[in-house]
Amino acid sequence: MSTLLSVTDAHVAYGKVEAVRSVSLEVGSNEIVTIVGANGAGKTTLLSAIMGILSLKGRVAFAGQDLARLDIEDRVAMGLGLVPEHRELFVTMNVEDNLELGAFRIERSKAKASMERVYALFPRLKERRKQLAGTLSGGEQQMLAMGRALMGEPKLLMLDEPSLGLAPIIVADIFRIVTELRAAGVSVLLVEQNAQAALKIADHAYVMELGEFVLSGKASDIAANERVAASYLGFQHEGASAI
Amino acid sequence: MNTTIMLFLVQDGITNGAIYALLGLALVLVFAVTRVILIPQGEFVTYGALTYASLAAGQMPGTAKLALALGIGAFAFDLFEARKALHGRLVVRSFIANVVLPAIVLALTLSLAAQKPPVAVCIALSLVIVAMIGLYLYRVAFQPLAHTSVLVLLIASVGVHLALQGLGLLFFGAEGQRGPAVLSGAFTAGALRFTGQSITVYAITIAFIVALWLFFGLTLYGKVLRATAVNRLGARLAGIRTTLSGQIAFLLASVIGALSGILIVPITTLYYDSGFLIGLKGFVAAIIGGLVSYPLTAVAALVVGIVEAFSSFYASNYKEVIVFMLLIPVLLLRSLAAPAVEEEKD
Repeated sequence: MSTLLSVTDAHVAYGKVEAVRSVSLEVGSNEIVTIVGANGAGKTTLLSAIMGILSLKGRVAFAGQDLARLDIEDRVAMGLGLVPEHRELFVTMNVEDNLELGAFRIERSKAKASMERVYALFPRLKERRKQLAGTLSGGEQQMLAMGRALMGEPKLLMLDEPSLGLAPIIVADIFRIVTELRAAGVSVLLVEQNAQAALKIADHAYVMELGEFVLSGKASDIAANERVAASYLGFQHEGASAI
Repeated sequence: MNTTIMLFLVQDGITNGAIYALLGLALVLVFAVTRVILIPQGEFVTYGALTYASLAAGQMPGTAKLALALGIGAFAFDLFEARKALHGRLVVRSFIANVVLPAIVLALTLSLAAQKPPVAVCIALSLVIVAMIGLYLYRVAFQPLAHTSVLVLLIASVGVHLALQGLGLLFFGAEGQRGPAVLSGAFTAGALRFTGQSITVYAITIAFIVALWLFFGLTLYGKVLRATAVNRLGARLAGIRTTLSGQIAFLLASVIGALSGILIVPITTLYYDSGFLIGLKGFVAAIIGGLVSYPLTAVAALVVGIVEAFSSFYASNYKEVIVFMLLIPVLLLRSLAAPAVEEEKD
């Protein structure tokens, strides 16, 4: 299995406060990797920095190429996609327009097929294709955000808290789709507070606390780890329904 | 007052209002996409009008040279920004778009100006020249500031306005100019007399608004502009460069400005600094539309035009004052209706 994304000794700071310290991680092709950790551990900050939204000290390479000089748009064109926590949809535009814009960096002729694939993955979006994105339910907005990112045919999709604020049945749906993506050849880097669900589908996992990785390994091993079970999985049920 | 005078004033107001509507729409567009309050919009009007009038009178307009100078500046900025990762294709593309293109237009203008080209050629040349100025201006003055606050962009905008107005004086002199009508002739319907020019104003305004509506609703680049206006980060994550949207917005704004100027200059004598006041009236309309609503802006522009026509009849000394006073109740209402919003940080 070849390495798709590799982050080496990454530091991300807001002014003088280091939110991410000396983090290294790898995502291989056809792999789901998850970063679990409590609110405020620095997970979102790390994803934003990998995408180029925040500046990062350290080395990030994607498909063998150093990303240091590339901006967000270049990274998108290389096949790196991010579905951000706040989804950042074009709320006054309809579903189809949102998807069409997601394919901005790929050839026009491929965009049509890409849209069919997204509709096959999320039939709900097809039903609502003329509806304004801002009027969709939370789950549908999450699907649209993922669909828009998939329109750009990413090799690696980074998902930031896709289950946040969604009903359990929709969460299950989204996690099922994540595994389908892996089967279709898209790697996924999944950031989740819902550790139990994330560890169940992931191949590899990192545990993040206060800006650092404290544990990493096969997802099944992490799930079996006592310390993780005590800190994250025990409160899992309560945490998911409280939001 | 009798009905005939009233009809005349309304007609006059609608003609002016149509032009303010175009300008107001351009201001809303540029602000939504780039957060720049485009004060130099008025200079696009002046440049368009006076370039057209000069060409029609067989004179060489200085704006063609300005376009080349700004283009060279834009090329230099492109080179500087890409200095760490220069590759041939990028340099060639930037050179053609920023230097070769305005050089060709300048050569064309030089060779055509002396022989008083037909009206259509004058219009096309003026539009192309001002469009290039708008595009390169964005590259030189606004793109490097794209990530700063609205206030910094506003100050840059004031600076650009003053610079362009000064250059306007240099290019066109202090005397006013008038251009030939796009469509001459006139006809009367009842008490009203329609000149070919006023019909042209209505037709072009309506055609342009319909074209803009189709552009935003149906074309990919129209959607790109809307997407950038709605969610800048979302657009970037879709791989859309904010600079691309900014370029399209400035291109549209400068074309709209120049077109408005070309439509006005056969009706009124324009001076190098007349554009500013005309642009401000578009701005009044845009503010009434909250700098976000296109339909509200268009309607407000018609109201501004009609109020202006009536006040110039009854109290011509105060006509500008009355028009700008329209803003005060609107701003009051808006500040009462909407709680203070912190400026978006990005």
